[in-house]
Amino acid sequence: MTPFALPDAAVAEIDRVIARYPEKQAAMLPVLWVVQRERGWICPDAMVWVGDRLGCSASAVQAVVRFYTMFDEEPVGRWKLQVCRTLSCELMGARAVIDRIRERLGVEAGETTADGEFTLQEVECLGSCGTGPMMQCNLKFYENLTPDRVEALLSELRRGRPDFHDVQPVIYERPDMETYRAMFPRSGARRDGVSAERGA
Amino acid sequence: MACRRREGPEVAAPKILMQRALDRPGESHVLEAYEAAGGYRAARKALDMSPEALIEEVKKSGLRGRGGAGFPTGTKWSFTPRDSQKPRYLLCNSDESEPGTFKDRWLLENDPHAVLEGMMIAAIAIDSHLMFNYFRGEFSYPLSRWRAAVDEAYRKGYLGRGIFGTDYDLEVVTHCGAGAYIAGEETGMLESLEGKKAQPRNKPPFPAVEGLFRSPTLINNTETLATVPWIIEHGADAYMQYGTEKSRGTKLWSCSGPIANPGVYELEMGHDLMEFLEGDLGGMLEGVGLKGIIPGGSSVPVLTAEECRGAKMDYEGLRERGSLVGSGGFIVIGDNASAVDCLLNLAHFYTHESCGQCTPCREGCGWIEQLVRKILAGRGTQGDLETILRVSDLMAGKTICALADAMAWPAVAFIKKYPEEFAALCADPVDMDALAAAVGKVDHILPKAS
Ligand SMILES: Cc1cc2nc3c(=O)[nH]c(=O)nc-3n(C[C@H](O)[C@H](O)[C@H](O)COP(=O)(O)O)c2cc1C
Ligand code: SF4
Ligand code: FES
Repeated sequence: MTPFALPDAAVAEIDRVIARYPEKQAAMLPVLWVVQRERGWICPDAMVWVGDRLGCSASAVQAVVRFYTMFDEEPVGRWKLQVCRTLSCELMGARAVIDRIRERLGVEAGETTADGEFTLQEVECLGSCGTGPMMQCNLKFYENLTPDRVEALLSELRRGRPDFHDVQPVIYERPDMETYRAMFPRSGARRDGVSAERGA
Repeated sequence: MACRRREGPEVAAPKILMQRALDRPGESHVLEAYEAAGGYRAARKALDMSPEALIEEVKKSGLRGRGGAGFPTGTKWSFTPRDSQKPRYLLCNSDESEPGTFKDRWLLENDPHAVLEGMMIAAIAIDSHLMFNYFRGEFSYPLSRWRAAVDEAYRKGYLGRGIFGTDYDLEVVTHCGAGAYIAGEETGMLESLEGKKAQPRNKPPFPAVEGLFRSPTLINNTETLATVPWIIEHGADAYMQYGTEKSRGTKLWSCSGPIANPGVYELEMGHDLMEFLEGDLGGMLEGVGLKGIIPGGSSVPVLTAEECRGAKMDYEGLRERGSLVGSGGFIVIGDNASAVDCLLNLAHFYTHESCGQCTPCREGCGWIEQLVRKILAGRGTQGDLETILRVSDLMAGKTICALADAMAWPAVAFIKKYPEEFAALCADPVDMDALAAAVGKVDHILPKAS
């Protein structure tokens, strides 16, 4: 097995980052960010490597990787769809958007499609509550989503246009009332327990 | 229905924090635009002032922390010991993750230089030469704007060795988080910045005395710091013209929910809540009625439609109604949504985000979530509702940080204010008088007029 290694440029970047902090271990998050950017996820060998660099144990690195939700300890799909499930988005119909993605991709939250194209995750408030429902796809935000819009987006993502890699958010027009009414949560009715139990 | 682009300002009246974006939408983040509007005059002025005078000016302005706790900013600055042999650090809290809040993101995208200049002034006031901006990990687009602003400032000699031609050295490090709400709590942030899990520290010692790398550290929210240049440039007296006697100045409100014009707004403190809802926000979406409003981010108690009437949007006004300004995350809840669903949504959030150090928080959040789930599934009982209330009482004020309170308040407030909705979902009839009595026993944990 070849030992873990990063391209020279990434190693140089890591050394520059470490030099900016009064103590080495403080560079933990930025160094892990470089590793994840280069490798797509953070494998056990990478944790040993980072620990060596920062003068701490691999288990200290692993504890950090596990604590922060943005670090992946397993490979993820080419497109990581992180849909906000928190209150403002739920009030505007996030559930309908998530359900459409689940149906179309045939995966549950936390899973990756068999072809390795998509990972679906439900995440907490992403700071775009005024334009919810919204999701983050890799580094890019998509705001004012509807089930139809997200479905169209999935096909476009499969085709993989280059502008899906920049960070400028895509903010759709707010949908009309009819669309909203179809996606708004319904209240009052006693649940059969299925939707309330999901994710328990 | 109009689409509100984040590029454009969403306010009608000229104000302190949004004026530049209002004047030059789409380019207010660039140094040239910032300086044309008077930017970096305040930092130059600060370098000519004594630290004592700077702190005094901020104290006098009445500015209070916009990160959630509302602590007087100048007073906090004065706590940083100046006689210490250790270096002092300035830390800007740009980890904005309180559900319903997106104003710091707006500032970082549209006015990053104001944040940077505010950080500089705060650093000068405590004689710090190394500043950190802890950035929320998910904020890639604001980060691109922020990094560009920092590069511009370095190129101009506003950062680095001998800033503005003086002998004052000042460096800034941008530190990206990686997804943890609790890293927004100030001592959790210190741990996170030191490369560890973001588990909050016991206080004392307070960060002002023993913070980052065991050195004195001043931590302020992004919006708090972005307000500082205006105060230093125009003076505390000018700032005090805005707002009320006890809540000075203006505040950003992040508005979401089924309203016609969601977005970020800057209001003078003391604004009438219903006037705001029906005016700037354009009222509720067609066919949706008002159920309630969470005025200050998901952690503060919800106000019923009735309680919203006549409420004033400032520290005292919202407290008088039993809620708080918090982070200014103004979440409007329509009558199409269920209060029980809302509480489940938030309980899931806090369960996920609890760092797990304190038993009442770790167990309590999860317990509340499971009980609300049970009620939603139609299997709940009166006993379950009373357990939620009792558990909340065991959490509030009994843990290392305020996350436990942030779960307990919404739990008690939703049950107190919408008891029929909870009762209607329970398996057996609920004795409403007994439930009200149980609420009465824990009501003391909710914020009250002081
Ligand atoms: C659970 C929790 C989360 C917090 N999250 C944030 C946050 O995202 N941003 C923030 O500025 N303050 C947050 N705070 C408040 C900070 O602890 C701190 O009070 C604030 O950054 C101080 O700045 P200020 O005095 O300028 O408001 C949080 C507090 C708690 C208890
Ligand atoms: S109250 Fe909760 S989040 Fe805060 S330190 Fe304790 S366990 Fe962690
Ligand atoms: S609640 Fe979804 S972005 Fe804030």
